[in-house]
Amino acid sequence: MRRHHTRLRSASKEVVIGHDRPFCIIGERINPTGRRIFQEQLREGDMSAIERDVAAQVAGGADVLDVNMGVPLTDEAELLSKAVTMIQSLTDLPICIDSSVVEALDAGLAAYQGRALVNSVTAEDDRLAAILPLVKKYDAAIIALPNDHDEIPMESGKRLELVRKIVRVATEEYGIAIEDIVIDPLAMPIGADTTVGNTFFETVSGIRDEFGLNMTCGASNTSFGLPGRHALGAAFLPMAMTAGLTSAIMDARTPQIVEAVKAADLILDHDEWSGNWIAAHRAKQAAAAAVT
Amino acid sequence: MTPEEILQGLYDETLRGNGPAVLDLTHQALGMQMEPQSLLFDALIPSLEEVGARFERGDFFVPEMLIAGRAMAGAMEVLRPLLADTGVETIGKFLMGTVKGDVHDIGKNLVNIMLEGAGFEVIDLGVQVAPEKFVDAINEHQPDIVGFSAFLTTTMPMFKANINALQKAGIRDQVIIMVGGAPVTQEYADAVGADGYASDASATVRKAKDLLSRRRSLVSA
Repeated sequence: MRRHHTRLRSASKEVVIGHDRPFCIIGERINPTGRRIFQEQLREGDMSAIERDVAAQVAGGADVLDVNMGVPLTDEAELLSKAVTMIQSLTDLPICIDSSVVEALDAGLAAYQGRALVNSVTAEDDRLAAILPLVKKYDAAIIALPNDHDEIPMESGKRLELVRKIVRVATEEYGIAIEDIVIDPLAMPIGADTTVGNTFFETVSGIRDEFGLNMTCGASNTSFGLPGRHALGAAFLPMAMTAGLTSAIMDARTPQIVEAVKAADLILDHDEWSGNWIAAHRAKQAAAAAVT
Repeated sequence: MTPEEILQGLYDETLRGNGPAVLDLTHQALGMQMEPQSLLFDALIPSLEEVGARFERGDFFVPEMLIAGRAMAGAMEVLRPLLADTGVETIGKFLMGTVKGDVHDIGKNLVNIMLEGAGFEVIDLGVQVAPEKFVDAINEHQPDIVGFSAFLTTTMPMFKANINALQKAGIRDQVIIMVGGAPVTQEYADAVGADGYASDASATVRKAKDLLSRRRSLVSA
């Protein structure tokens, strides 16, 4: 079975997501949802918090940055376009442009230099028809969620059926290359239903074995409503990586989770001669030495 | 066991989420001719209130809230027909649904559990509920409060569409409208003309009770 590589680019840097590559950390923090002060600042045109969030995600080891500007009652398209331009002046990491508003995705993609990842489309016909032409037009890659108009399926079989539909529609009707489809297999809160972890792993390995597609997920969802969220994230991601997850949208500021991911990369043979692991160790030593 | 011990047991076991024990104590209580409404108002509802308070303080977590709600629901299956016979009214009737275009329901379901725990009768219309379906359900069930849930910034505008549909049907002022969901804010709730907003399941219960008592004091005044 072929395993695909998804290539993302900024103006000057390429990031490759793949089943034989180190796990791709998509930094999730540049998002005002649930952050009152950040929302107010954005509404007043103050984008300084973005600068801090970008710096923190980059320092934490993010490979790609997710950018969401979903502030209610504002012009999301304008905000997203501005944010994309601003972030590209701050970092050379590729961007994952995150919105459920089609006009905002369009504006963000228009402002973006390089090859972006779009977050996201579902298996709903109207969403596919609205978003896939943009993905094609701007030569981007797309995150797709296997839920449709009726429900978020709770069985992996139904999710796989929707993945088949997404792949068929995207490749045959919109001419999108299969390697540019990144599936989000739907990581749900385990605290609300303890069966969803296993469903997730089944879905991930099913997608890997049938399509060889890359996959990402909102990793922090899984520990919602539970104590010890960092420990849960640090256990969940290596397990998901073993099943075939190749990326996650996660908070790169949490060393416990980032280190667990890097360790899993090494153990799963995605870190040749343990080069990244040892380099990270040396960097930590050097930082400690610089302090003392 | 004395009636006091039964009530204390019901309170404690509900708090622990011990469904079988709660059910067992409920049957024991009824065997001792204790009043169904006493079990509800002196043990089960206070226990779920404590669950909510602990959750808001960060001392309780989602799974604990779920099993406590389920333990209470088990008892309510036994008590509901008896309460109906004695003419005991619920605190209020709450009609709930995720708006059209949106299939997210985890948060909504948590809110339902806490509302039921507080003594509300909850009618859940599920996900993808179109404005006309809300209108029909309001006419059919005559709820006190209607809750619209949305998880996406693209589906939040359905709050306004729903309120417009209620207005057009001439039933906007019959009900209290509450809105909620991850991206929703108080400002947004105000902007669309909702009567109330809350940020989590437990806060929703407090807000719902508060809105309902204000509404009732207005009506009686």
